[in-house]
Amino acid sequence: MFATIKNYFGHLLEVPEAVSPARYRSLRRLMTVLMVAVSVTPLLLLSAISHVQYMRTLEREMESPVYALARKSQAALELYLGERVSTVSFLAHAYTFKDLAEERTLNRVFLALKSEYQGFVDMGLVNADGRQVAYVGPYKLEGADYAGKAWLRDTEIKGRYLSNAILGYRGYPHLVVAVHRLEENGVSWTLRVATDTLRIQQVVSTVGPEHDTDVFLVDTAGVLQTDSNLYGKALEKLPLSLPPASHETVVRRMTDPDGRQLMVASCTLAGTDFMLMAIKPTADAFRPWLALRTELLLVLCGGIALIVIVSNLLMQQLVNRLQASDERRVAVFAQMEHNQKLSSIGRLAAGVAHEVNNPLAVIYEKAGLAQDLLSMGKVCGDGKDKDRLLALLEGIESTVERARGITHRLLGFARRMEANRQTLHIEEVITETLGFLEREAKNRGVKFETELPPGLPELVSDRGQLQQVFLNIVGNALDALAGTDKKPGEEQRFVKISCQGQGKGLLVKVQDNGKGMSPDVLRHIFEPFYSTKKDKGTGLGMFITYGIVRRLGGEITVESTEGRGSTISITLPLTPPDVAVEV
Amino acid sequence: MGLRILLADDEKEFVDTLAERLSLRGYAPYVVYDGISALQAATPEMPDVVVLDLFMPGLPGDEVLRRLKVLYPDLPVILLTGHEAVDDNGTCPVSQAFACLTKPLSFNVFLETLQAAAREGKECAEEGGRP
Repeated sequence: MFATIKNYFGHLLEVPEAVSPARYRSLRRLMTVLMVAVSVTPLLLLSAISHVQYMRTLEREMESPVYALARKSQAALELYLGERVSTVSFLAHAYTFKDLAEERTLNRVFLALKSEYQGFVDMGLVNADGRQVAYVGPYKLEGADYAGKAWLRDTEIKGRYLSNAILGYRGYPHLVVAVHRLEENGVSWTLRVATDTLRIQQVVSTVGPEHDTDVFLVDTAGVLQTDSNLYGKALEKLPLSLPPASHETVVRRMTDPDGRQLMVASCTLAGTDFMLMAIKPTADAFRPWLALRTELLLVLCGGIALIVIVSNLLMQQLVNRLQASDERRVAVFAQMEHNQKLSSIGRLAAGVAHEVNNPLAVIYEKAGLAQDLLSMGKVCGDGKDKDRLLALLEGIESTVERARGITHRLLGFARRMEANRQTLHIEEVITETLGFLEREAKNRGVKFETELPPGLPELVSDRGQLQQVFLNIVGNALDALAGTDKKPGEEQRFVKISCQGQGKGLLVKVQDNGKGMSPDVLRHIFEPFYSTKKDKGTGLGMFITYGIVRRLGGEITVESTEGRGSTISITLPLTPPDVAVEV
Repeated sequence: MGLRILLADDEKEFVDTLAERLSLRGYAPYVVYDGISALQAATPEMPDVVVLDLFMPGLPGDEVLRRLKVLYPDLPVILLTGHEAVDDNGTCPVSQAFACLTKPLSFNVFLETLQAAAREGKECAEEGGRP
């Protein structure tokens, strides 16, 4: 598994050594991936950390209002309920059973109670047998029998009792507050007062819950004691599991059956079994955060996209430059190699020429001696044979002469500069050379154009050799133009020679609109014995030209398009190098 | 007796043939095949003209020329070479030689050069009072 991943990435990051488009593609891919990774990783990390931090802060921020609301409601309700119980307890202690059993007294007490405290619904006096002996209130409950009821027993045991919300006989949710009294004379009785749950609702609403928060009471069985905004009316079952009972206010997160995320603060009210719950759905609370998160996500995505695009473009630029520089280097190497090759060929040719000269000299002398002997009559022979032999020997001599011409020209390539340098004007040399060829150009219908700006710097060079160079090049241009007959409407054939200063030297261009050369010819143009003129040429013209230009410290390059013409560019230094240049 | 000519060349076939052609024309050639022999041959009886090949085993032609010129400054020397009047170091010893000719020789040019060299040698000898 690990090896596979390693292999995959190894392959991804591999850059081929060979100079090829694939190498640059790989290089670009590698560099882009690295750059994007390096830029995006911290960005993502930072975003993730910020996200977590922000979420935590937000949660705390959200907890605190729910917590505060729960605490405030708790305090208010504890106070309210405590007050109810105390009031009833006070009445039970202030009056005796006898007093309260009297209907008038009970009525008066109840009215006083009702006028002072809101929410009391009715009041009843229950004797030791569990029978309600006196009652004041809107319902006909006098004589109701509570004997054996759980609440009555509870009250008798604990002295005080606060019921859960019940419908009871009244059909209206209410709480029952009951206080048990055992008088000194042994009379045991219970005062029970019903109070409206609506009042509790009001108390809670005065604490000021926000519109989306829900505060309610629930009993230990999970039955709502007050109305809930979210989960229905009082006495309905709360669809949430209850948090464990605790007098401390605890905040926790819950999910209700509808899938709502809730922030729940809960606590048990002191002295009762009621649990107070303050609930805030978190979805609402997180809405601004969600909006912010969407924006942040957009910015993040935009940023990453920007990084990818910029990295890609940047790397493209970089790799393109790299490629260009590599290609330049390869071209320079190719040029160097080419020069070296020509130099080797030149030296080889000169060496061969030199070695061939000695046997040629022997042949020449032997033929000469034979001629001498024949013509001086030292050997016998009749007239006819003698003439024939003399003609043969002369043939040998002229052939040796021809060979000599070739070897001497070959030697000319490597011939070192002799001390005939002089200060000269290149334009004079060019004009003079063109003068030699003027007639031939005219015969072939070729026009010479010159572009020799005045004020060209003087040059220290070899006049004769420069002349030979221009003769060769312009001669070749004329040959290239004479390839085909001139057709009507064809553009004027021309050889254009231009000259301009270039750094510490001169640049001479000889341009023609002749038949041009194929790339194959171009590749071999400076090699000896390479000729396109069949039997007319020796194939040494450009070879020698190349040798001369190099020895003068210059460079010669040829550009050509087949059918369109050629341009030969020669650069010459203003002063040739002091040391002899290796051709 | 014609002009005495000392020919030094390691190319035996060439120099022998040249000598024969010269003797046919009434010269008195003397042939050696290396530089040392050329120096030795020049000493006992002064030739009128010396013809040296530039490239010879042992002592090369330009060295022989230099030594001969030390001994006999007026002795005319003609150099022969397969290479165009230039030696390996790029310096042409033409300054001391009477002439530098390239092989293959054009025989007529060679004869003319010989005659001219002999004339100059004689003039020098007369002027300088050669011993």
